Amino acid sequence: MMRVIFDEDGCKGCELCTTVCPKKIVVMAKDRLNAKGFHPAQVIEQDKCIGCRFCAMICPDVVIKIKKRKG
Amino acid sequence: MMETIFERPKALADVPFHYCPGCTHGIVHRLIAEVIDELGIEGDTIGVAPVGCAVFAYNYFNCDMQEAAHGRAPAVATGIKRANPENIIFTYQGDGDLAAIGTAETVHAATRSENITIIFLNNAIYGMTGGQMAPTSLVGQVTQTTPYGRKVEMQGYPIRMSEMLATLEGSSFIKRCSVDSIKNINDTRASIKKAFQCQIDKKGFSMVEVLSTCPTNWGLSPAESMDWLRDNMMPYYPLGVYKDVTGGDR
Amino acid sequence: MDKVLMKGNEAIAEAAIRANCRHFFGYPITPQTEISAYMAKRMSKVGGTFLQAESEVAAINMVYGAAGAGVRVMTSSSSPGISLKMEGLSYIAGADLPCVIVNIVRAGPGLGGIQPAQSDYFQAVKGGGHGDYRMIVIAPSSIQETVDCTIDAFDLADKYRMPVMLMGDGMLGQMMEPVSFPEVKTDHLPKKDWATTGTKMKRKANIINSLYIHPEELEEVILKREEKYNTIYETEVKYHTEGLENADVVLVAYGTTARIAKAAIALAKQNGIKAGLIRPITLWPFPTDIIAKTAPNVKCMISVEMSTGQMVEDIRLAVNGVCPVHFYGRTGGAVPTPTAIFEQIRRYA
Repeated sequence: MMRVIFDEDGCKGCELCTTVCPKKIVVMAKDRLNAKGFHPAQVIEQDKCIGCRFCAMICPDVVIKIKKRKG
Repeated sequence: MMETIFERPKALADVPFHYCPGCTHGIVHRLIAEVIDELGIEGDTIGVAPVGCAVFAYNYFNCDMQEAAHGRAPAVATGIKRANPENIIFTYQGDGDLAAIGTAETVHAATRSENITIIFLNNAIYGMTGGQMAPTSLVGQVTQTTPYGRKVEMQGYPIRMSEMLATLEGSSFIKRCSVDSIKNINDTRASIKKAFQCQIDKKGFSMVEVLSTCPTNWGLSPAESMDWLRDNMMPYYPLGVYKDVTGGDR
Repeated sequence: MDKVLMKGNEAIAEAAIRANCRHFFGYPITPQTEISAYMAKRMSKVGGTFLQAESEVAAINMVYGAAGAGVRVMTSSSSPGISLKMEGLSYIAGADLPCVIVNIVRAGPGLGGIQPAQSDYFQAVKGGGHGDYRMIVIAPSSIQETVDCTIDAFDLADKYRMPVMLMGDGMLGQMMEPVSFPEVKTDHLPKKDWATTGTKMKRKANIINSLYIHPEELEEVILKREEKYNTIYETEVKYHTEGLENADVVLVAYGTTARIAKAAIALAKQNGIKAGLIRPITLWPFPTDIIAKTAPNVKCMISVEMSTGQMVEDIRLAVNGVCPVHFYGRTGGAVPTPTAIFEQIRRYA
């Protein structure tokens, strides 16, 4: 089971992460703006995350941290 | 118990970048920091920042840094390396810095086989100053200083730096990569590591050219910029290894 | 200490090595190329580095890097090459880096000539690069003094963390005189814990930089440097005088020209004219006080230079109208003769 953690206020809403997620679960939060005034990226369906880290690898602002529950 | 399988590398300062949304500078910064962490060399590394969008790179790494005058990073790096040859020196430069005003410094660092590593971001434009033509701007490319598209009879041809430097005996490892896709990002990381290892093994001059995007000045979204890079830059700047003598004993 | 007959350029190089300079980045240009050639022979013998760069622009930036890495480093050139280094010197001053730059001046402007001149005075003391900065500029007038000044230059550079220029001319660079090399110790100088030698994971990163985007921050840095410059003005001025006590006419001249001026003063004495000499050794900080103190006691001063008159302006500033300040000089590489200078003394005496 994975946890995809966004430093929301660091996100600049560039959306690159949404283009590489093989499970299509990285989406932009249209309902809110972050401190910089961008719509931040987020993962709602955390349970579908396979831990490939693609979103984190392409994030130009390194705002995504990914954790994996052991066992 | 949760295990962290991806986080910010230690060698990358924990400060926000000033780069535009979707600008690939941030990706390459992270890759360099990850390589520095993996090789365990942060304490011995000195980075040299250019003049250009990455001018503030000296704030973004936790190793010692020097800010060089525009185009002079390879010369500054030479001075640092000759002062303390056991240190690991890298320069981080854009296409204006390295292939326009700094061409002589780049060529001579390579032909001297200066034992430094150059990370060269090629996004075919001057970003910081608002989108002017770069020596790597493509024929026909519209920029602030080629408003009707770059014309060969006026501005000549874009420079392929990796190919050019590969002809120099002093070049030990020259590779052109890209950060337009996950596969290429990982290949870029491996190439940066190989370049640093070339330096650690004292095998001479190494450079990794990284095709990069400039959404703001290309006038495209970050995702569209990745497509533009693939469709326009990659044909003119083929990816691949252009020199590698690190295998045998140099 | 035994004396050895040595050419000016080579004496400078040897003095730098004796001052523990172990890094030199050069580029060929008449009339100072022997400095690089000498370093090429000697540096490897003392475990140092000599590198001929691809241009003076690259050389000064190599100096920037090495100075930032905490080592004693020098470069040398002549007028056209020094112009190419001006950008780098502004960065070096702006990043508070210690280094020594040798300018063996030749006639300008442009490609000019290769004979001795002093027409780089403005470029050196008024800051030839961009922005508010100064360089300590030292002008020796003998080969022994050149050796001593080179050694001083390294101490001053480290003490004040700034570029120090040794200004000679083609004649000083090319002529030979006996010299001896004093013992040099450097343990009295400040440690360079600001240098980029690698954090070794034991300290925060050091950053060598001259960029400050916020005006107030940059202003603060510049004004702090001004305080340093004021201290230097009060404590580091160096000059030499002769025969000021009862002189009617005082010549002000430095370097090679000062030697010729002495001969002119001797001629004046034979002709019953009392003339004296003020010889600035530091061109910056300029010896304002001695000139201001002398002005009320003399009929006039004459600035003698191998140029169309540059230092004369600073003399007039120092004199501040208290007495007339005339100028006599040759330029283009032509060297003034004692008799010609004497004619000027007689004219204004």
